[in-house]
Amino acid sequence: MPGRRSLFVLMALAFGFAFLYLPILAMIVYSFNASRLVTVWDSANSPTLMWYAELFRNAPVLDSARLSFRIATVNATGAVILGTLAAFALERYRRFRGRALFGLLTTAPMVLPEVITGLSLLLLFVALEQAIGWPGGRGATTITIAHITFSMAYVIVVIQARLATVDRSLEEAAMDLGARPWKVFFVITLPLIMPAIASGWVLAFILSWDDLVITSFVSGPSSTTLPQLVFSKVRLGVSPDINALATILVLIVTACVVAAGVYMVRLEKRRARDAQTAFDAAT
Amino acid sequence: MNAATERLAVRLRGLGAARSQFGRACVILVPYLWLAVFFLVPFLIVLKIAFANIQLSMPPVEPVVTWTADKVLQLRLHFSNFSFVFGDDLYIAAFLNSLKVAGISTVLALLLGYPMAYGIARAPGAWRNVLFLLVVLPFFTSFLLRVYAWLGLLGRSGPINDLLLALGIVHEPLQLLQTDFAVYLGMVYSYLPFMVLPLYSAIEKLDLTLLEAAADLGCRPTKAFFTITLPLTKEGIFAGCLLVFIPAVGEYVIPALLGGPDTLMIGRVVWDEFFGNRDWPVASALAIVLLAILTGFVLLLQRVQSREEEA
Repeated sequence: MPGRRSLFVLMALAFGFAFLYLPILAMIVYSFNASRLVTVWDSANSPTLMWYAELFRNAPVLDSARLSFRIATVNATGAVILGTLAAFALERYRRFRGRALFGLLTTAPMVLPEVITGLSLLLLFVALEQAIGWPGGRGATTITIAHITFSMAYVIVVIQARLATVDRSLEEAAMDLGARPWKVFFVITLPLIMPAIASGWVLAFILSWDDLVITSFVSGPSSTTLPQLVFSKVRLGVSPDINALATILVLIVTACVVAAGVYMVRLEKRRARDAQTAFDAAT
Repeated sequence: MNAATERLAVRLRGLGAARSQFGRACVILVPYLWLAVFFLVPFLIVLKIAFANIQLSMPPVEPVVTWTADKVLQLRLHFSNFSFVFGDDLYIAAFLNSLKVAGISTVLALLLGYPMAYGIARAPGAWRNVLFLLVVLPFFTSFLLRVYAWLGLLGRSGPINDLLLALGIVHEPLQLLQTDFAVYLGMVYSYLPFMVLPLYSAIEKLDLTLLEAAADLGCRPTKAFFTITLPLTKEGIFAGCLLVFIPAVGEYVIPALLGGPDTLMIGRVVWDEFFGNRDWPVASALAIVLLAILTGFVLLLQRVQSREEEA
């Protein structure tokens, strides 16, 4: 490769990654700054953990974090169940009435501007409440429903991609040996697509945990999620305890993504080894 | 006896087939119904409200369909919301500005993202996975907090201004926040991973022997790039641009946090109409127009793409 061009690519890589990571690093560094004026380094009293201590004494922050965690967990579980069914329908039942519309409905939530999704769901909840008296005000339930609806689309993409690579002959063999479709699914297919289900769950959890715009439309006065709380705070400018909060969240997410990556590589390796063992035993 | 067992077997098989039919219907219907109720129906309601009249009540809209006292089913569609939207320069400006900001941000993200994706796809094995993970990681980190990170950096006493002052490039702090510059920066920063990922998978699939053949035949690397690499990774470019442009047009958080009070973007206008003015019909009409623009854009791009494939 000619040197001039690879130098250009290297520089683009260095610049790109610096661009992506320096702001996050700066935020982490400033979280240890004692000064209330976030970006003015108070070298006499820093580094300090005082903003972290303050954060854990801050009841609204803890409450909204708990609410966000609860919603994200329920959302991820619901999105994975519905997403697996939908991915299965799209991948295995090639033809059914209304498949084109189904395909559109499963991809559109990903590209739709969040303000539109949020607005439309709110109008639905209001109309439903007028018509049948449910959901009776807005809060955790309506937020969870909204989150499942948009995060499901991402789960479907992940699981469908995996389903497409599953060797159909394994399922057919089980079927020929008399296993019922449900049994085939739980004994053969499910274990094979487990890595995708796990990463779909994590993805749905994070999408829900992060969401601000859709949540703002469908939440009620008594339910403030963590992003809503952060947004109302940062609209007034930088604040040192938000830096501490951001640092904690970034570290947790990094740990989760790295762990998920390692887990998936391991699972993949074990599967390959098992297949090899089975193959050796058979021959 | 034999005939009886045979009949039983046939009936059982029929039962099994019926059951698997039922199972199949469940697998399709459960997610289908969910999406129909919580995704398709809401749209129809937005469409309905866009033709409703505003009134002081909760919800703040007049019913579109009414059953009057003298037994007449009335359907009243107010087109006033749309004529209001198209008649007001502010809304037109907001739409045009959103398209401009999203378009420029997409081009900037492509210019930075392409060499990055190229570098990652051509990196040696172990490095490639690490770099790939580094691109994915910000995608999982809170969008809101990543935008927030720039608030500190761009402030009047932030490190960027400090650096510029120390280098003597400027003599007093620049106003960086609440400018269009900050909005572009935030857009490229937030959506860069969406650009790099599809580009990466397109470049990775590229057959390297084509480039070797070109080089053997005396083609210069720059020419080879423009005649081979770029056209063959067009799909990745299309996908990346779409993934950046579409959400960028309707973006709310970035203009709200980094932009100034005069940064008009349609996502923000919808939000303000809805939460600030409580004008649900106009917010719905704006959402419908935005949706129409984006759908038109996607269809146009698809047509261009399919025409290219035919050629």
